[in-house]
Amino acid sequence: MTVLTVEEAPGPVTVQDRGRRGLAHLGVPRAGALDEPAAALANRLVGNDEDLAVLEVTLGGLTVRAGGPVWVAVTGAACSVSVDGRPAPHAEAVYVPERGLLRLGPAEQGVRAYLAVGGGIDVDPVLGSRSTDTLAWVGPPAVVAGTELPVGAHDGTPAAYDAPRPPRPGPLRVDPGPRRDWFGPDALDRLCGTTYTVRPESNRIGLRLDGPPLPRVRDEELPSEGMVLGAVQVPPDGRPVVFLHDHPTTGGYPVLAVVRADDLWRCAQLRPGDRVEFRRA
Amino acid sequence: MQLIRVGRSAVLAEVADAAAAHSLAVFARRAGVPAGEVVPAARSVLFDDVSDPGRIEELLAGWSPEQPPTGAVVELPVVYDGEDLTDVAERWGTDPDGVVERHTSLEFVSAFCGFAPGFAYLSGLPSELAVPRLDSPRTRVPAGAVGIAGTWCAAYPTASPGGWRLLGRTEVALWDPGREQPALLPPGTRVRFRPA
Repeated sequence: MTVLTVEEAPGPVTVQDRGRRGLAHLGVPRAGALDEPAAALANRLVGNDEDLAVLEVTLGGLTVRAGGPVWVAVTGAACSVSVDGRPAPHAEAVYVPERGLLRLGPAEQGVRAYLAVGGGIDVDPVLGSRSTDTLAWVGPPAVVAGTELPVGAHDGTPAAYDAPRPPRPGPLRVDPGPRRDWFGPDALDRLCGTTYTVRPESNRIGLRLDGPPLPRVRDEELPSEGMVLGAVQVPPDGRPVVFLHDHPTTGGYPVLAVVRADDLWRCAQLRPGDRVEFRRA
Repeated sequence: MQLIRVGRSAVLAEVADAAAAHSLAVFARRAGVPAGEVVPAARSVLFDDVSDPGRIEELLAGWSPEQPPTGAVVELPVVYDGEDLTDVAERWGTDPDGVVERHTSLEFVSAFCGFAPGFAYLSGLPSELAVPRLDSPRTRVPAGAVGIAGTWCAAYPTASPGGWRLLGRTEVALWDPGREQPALLPPGTRVRFRPA
């Protein structure tokens, strides 16, 4: 069995697949790749089923040594790619020979790059998924220098070409959330009429935004209720948080709106200081 | 019961209390509700990953609130040496032994899980024994800590930050992803505490 040995992992790196389903009632977040289309593209490029696990590389890059020959593909955040020091393309299948050193540079645009390996990252699944949830650390441990990652058997054929997604500029599309009545009648319009900026505390749990606070009309505490992916939750400070894949399964702050699933990948690639706008779907 | 759409693929059903939420969740699962997630909470059940919200609404219309079935009894041995034991004793107008006596005399029911994997919100603390959360949460509460907040009781399955008032600790593994049933106290489980 081929093993990838991690030599350097300066930023957070985790194993992710499409996440864990059906366990929210036990408090288990879904986890899974934050930029789902990028992870799926990386898998397709190396000829994998889209369910196989990839590495999610946050900002800082990654260096791994391949124990055997492997096909790889890097997608998502723009970053340099090299094999044994020679530049290799982004978003294309790349061959790494036995003992080859694959290097992903720091993200130049966006936040999260995805590294797929032919055969998939074959760590033991936990509760039906190989994803690492960073809220409660369900799943495999974070990937750090020295981590050895088993690679599954590869019977797919790398794709010669796959169309990368077109950029979708413009506001994130939202549908109304369940607790609009906790805010003034124009709160959804306010949300959609404001330019927010991404706060540095953003992570896999939520995209935290800065902007003029959304005032509440009700002061009491909301009894804890189930939370959905993409929920725009508004804590007492009035600054919205968009829930991403590691969000807690229940929460006690009112949800004003819900970001469309098709737009969530963009939240995965927004950097601190980037501007964010919403519009009604 | 009131039904609220949450975005395009979820429905939130609001009910009277946690017992009704558990009852509705059990009803919906038995009826084979076409939802990827069924999440009971304090006064609601979330049906998520739903392709046809209208179908969920039709199906839930057949529910009437009834006493939910209760599950097995789990007994948790507790070492009552929590950091807030004397504080809770003062609030309850008793001493630490009095807290132990009252806490071990109650039967709790796991109403729902949330906050962390396997973190069960246990109902059963009478309202006259309700205590507020800490003003400032602790940055780290160890796994196994047993605490109360409002009228809820819980045992922390994993170490985490926490704002509940701590009565003691249990050695029992509340969360083990390697077990067939990873959460020891899924919704519906009855729970009793006893001095270790």
